[in-house]
Amino acid sequence: MNLFTQHLLSLLVWLPILGGLVLLVIGDDGNARSVRAGMMRMSALLITLLTFVFSTAMFAGFDNAEPGMQFIERLDWIPVINAYYYLGIDGISAPLILLTTFITPLVVIAGWDSIKSRPAQYFAAFLFLEGLMIGVFAALDGLLFYVFWEAMLVPMFLIIGVWGGERRVYATVKFFLYTFLGSVLMLVAFIYLFGKTGGFDLLGFMNVPLSMTAQKLIFLAFLAAFAVKVPMWPVHTWLPDAHVEAPTGGSVILAAIMLKMGGYGFVRLSLPIVPDGSAYFANFVIALSLIAVVYIGFVALMQKDMKKLIAYSSIAHMGFVTLGFFLVWSISSGTGAALGISGGMVQMVSHGLISGAMFLCVGVLYDRVHSRQIADYGGVANTMPTFAAFMVLFSMANAGLPGTSGFVGEFMVIIASFKANFWYAFLAASTLILGAAYTLWMVKRVLYGEVANDNVAKLEDLNTREFVVLGVLAVSVLLLGLWPAPLVEMMNTSIETLLAQIAQSKL
Amino acid sequence: MTLANYISAAPEMTLLGLICVVLVADLFIDDEQRNVTFWMSMVSLAITMWVLLATAPSARTIVFSGAYVSDPLSQAMKIAVVGFVAIAFLYARDYLRANDLHKGEYYVLGMFGLLGMMIMISANSMLSMYLGLETLALSQYALVAFDRNNANSTEAAMKYFVLGAIASGALLYGISWVYGVTGTLEFSAMANSIAANPDMNGLSLWFGLAFLIVGIAFKFGAVPFHMWLPDVYEGARTSVTLYIASAPKIAALALLLRILLDGLSELHAVWADMIMVLAVLSLLVGNVVAIAQSNIKRMLGYSTIAHVGFILLAIFCGTGKGNAAALFYTLTYVVATAGAFGMVILLSRRGYEAELLSDFKGLNARSPWSALMMMLIMLSLAGIPPLVGFFGKLNVIDAVLSSGYTGLAVLMVLASVVGAYYYLRVIWYMYFDAAEDQAVLQASGDTRLVLSMNALAVLGLGLVPGWLWALCTRVLG
Repeated sequence: MNLFTQHLLSLLVWLPILGGLVLLVIGDDGNARSVRAGMMRMSALLITLLTFVFSTAMFAGFDNAEPGMQFIERLDWIPVINAYYYLGIDGISAPLILLTTFITPLVVIAGWDSIKSRPAQYFAAFLFLEGLMIGVFAALDGLLFYVFWEAMLVPMFLIIGVWGGERRVYATVKFFLYTFLGSVLMLVAFIYLFGKTGGFDLLGFMNVPLSMTAQKLIFLAFLAAFAVKVPMWPVHTWLPDAHVEAPTGGSVILAAIMLKMGGYGFVRLSLPIVPDGSAYFANFVIALSLIAVVYIGFVALMQKDMKKLIAYSSIAHMGFVTLGFFLVWSISSGTGAALGISGGMVQMVSHGLISGAMFLCVGVLYDRVHSRQIADYGGVANTMPTFAAFMVLFSMANAGLPGTSGFVGEFMVIIASFKANFWYAFLAASTLILGAAYTLWMVKRVLYGEVANDNVAKLEDLNTREFVVLGVLAVSVLLLGLWPAPLVEMMNTSIETLLAQIAQSKL
Repeated sequence: MTLANYISAAPEMTLLGLICVVLVADLFIDDEQRNVTFWMSMVSLAITMWVLLATAPSARTIVFSGAYVSDPLSQAMKIAVVGFVAIAFLYARDYLRANDLHKGEYYVLGMFGLLGMMIMISANSMLSMYLGLETLALSQYALVAFDRNNANSTEAAMKYFVLGAIASGALLYGISWVYGVTGTLEFSAMANSIAANPDMNGLSLWFGLAFLIVGIAFKFGAVPFHMWLPDVYEGARTSVTLYIASAPKIAALALLLRILLDGLSELHAVWADMIMVLAVLSLLVGNVVAIAQSNIKRMLGYSTIAHVGFILLAIFCGTGKGNAAALFYTLTYVVATAGAFGMVILLSRRGYEAELLSDFKGLNARSPWSALMMMLIMLSLAGIPPLVGFFGKLNVIDAVLSSGYTGLAVLMVLASVVGAYYYLRVIWYMYFDAAEDQAVLQASGDTRLVLSMNALAVLGLGLVPGWLWALCTRVLG
């Protein structure tokens, strides 16, 4: 272990944050085309690319066989309450960190020309957001986790509020208050656990015995935080609003990474810290997940706004994630349980790529026509053939076509649910039809047919910048679909550790 | 009367002497030269601070026949109040000059108020407490009415004075009952005598206690004794509001700690319930009513009421942890509030008071740095990590939970979600809306500097809260 690997996680967290700070202090000069604005864009891109390069060093140095945490850093932070600056990753958090560092540069490129007001602040907000999100995935101290978790809301609040659409204020305040309401209950649970263990160590939380009542209450407090974030039916209503009003980059980050934090919270906190409480509520969560998959699928079918449609499709897909995680108790044989959890994890990574790509596709159209309504389009494939090819690919992936990453996670979860209960599998599998229906119907109406109006007739195909962004995503969606083994192997050992923790009653 | 008595009270005596010097010297200074008075006052505060540090008590020392106590708690609180009064003066100078109110009396009254606060903090008997309280209160009444041609200010001062007099009366009445039952005015003797005679702990003592609580609740601005607070915050000139909203809150905490914990800790079971009712009402009323305000000074007034709810809930626990949490919360809350009023001062200019929420619209376009600083302050008040307000809330929730009141802890966090709304509204006005007022900010360099330091302190204390936390635990734990 040299100095670089010892502090690699800190580097990943603080490099974007400090970079964002520099951008913020230098600030804008009121002209989006000036040399200064250009420098700001360029430095934001460099910082995010550098962060991505460092994260590949993390990937290279990651030991798949290690059951515990790796790249650990631990420093005193608040000695009075035994809170530490404690970072570390395992096979569950590492893929999500990679996803974050991979998506953020693409988002920076996507905002290159379309952000006309205050580019420095815009890119600074994304840099802050990146550092804080990596912090959430890397924190092993409950208080530190909570600090990153909450602090993350502030840049997103500003991104939607400053650069968003017409109803941005309503959407962003709703987003903030909804998530804040969920999170504060998690804080109460953390403080309760602090009272029990005398510290905030998340690994310590996993070993402390807790009564059934305490476990139920803690589970519900965690559920409030994570269900809002995922989001699960019926606390999902903030998401369509936030997505519709957010600028493209904000939607991408929201869908690709922030939603994953809810899922990550379930596996990192709920399952191992309160296994008995989780077991007690497992069927409840499964029911909510299936409602999300089926009911929200129908809701998505009826949408007239493309962003709203993808937002609802995100909710349905995230239902698979929570379904996979909570199948553990319904499956008697060990391998099926692991399948559900790793299926959920793969689904999170894959959905991060696909939903990000879908929002970027809508962004491409929106930049040209300034409309998100499906009815304003038609026959786009005639004027934008390259774009149409990409959009069809991502839509297929969204519908779960074999060979794309969308298939892998859904398939694993459906297999796991067959082992649990036929009807779970029956309902979950309905997504294969529903997902195909709402995604492909949208594709049909937007891309195919006669050229609908003058706007569509005047469309120009992708420029190099857009081509690079969508191309990179297309390659990764296919790569993950055809060869998911590296990702699954990365998670296996940690999922076994997790299953051992779940199996051990803490009463 | 030995020398030890005088050493323990040296900071107060030094300050009193210096105030008299400034008062007399100011008579010979022209209006153009008021800066001299300002700098003399700042030097007086610096000397007082130096004496405070030089005479730091190593242990609890009670002098002047039990009327006066000097302990690590008083030391820490006095350093804080001297510091906050200095900050209030720094913010005030340019504002007063711009409004033709730059008079020497401002600083003299401010320092007399400070003297009152220091006496309250060191009071070990009901009488010295009452004397300190009245010294502070009288200075504040005069400060609120400082702009005597302004109808709002004089009305606020009148309201403050009349209600304050009633509260002082209630307090004095309570003191007389407690004295009647226990036969002493000194806090430690009072505690001993109640502990020795359990039959004292009866209806007549409780009757007195209720009046004491009313007086304390009034000084804090806890619901339902809060009516004066928004009116005074709104009516007073902003620099005066800043003064009232900062250091005196720390003195009010001293009042509470000394009377209820030094003197009447045996009655914890009785006063805890009363404090809890006040606290819960303050939390709810403060947070909900603040949403309806369009004047930022009034909004911050109601926000103060909500924060008082948190402080009272910490005290309600009656544990060392709770008391330390109350001190931490008060200190950090005061830092953020001083910054918030400082921002109102920064936006104001000659003849224009930027006291409406809408005056903050589009601030990010006019001055990105000021908007950023205000955002930090608002987020701290809302309790969003990593700003220091979050750790204040964390402390109080921890204290409440470890005393076994889960329901109260949940109520507190839910109330802070309601509260987050009106702090966020300031941020959305600053960042999302277009400016209604395009005038260039006129605040001078030093106001900006103080404000930046103030807001960055909110962030810095949040990133490294450990030392302050340890300090609060040490002096009260």
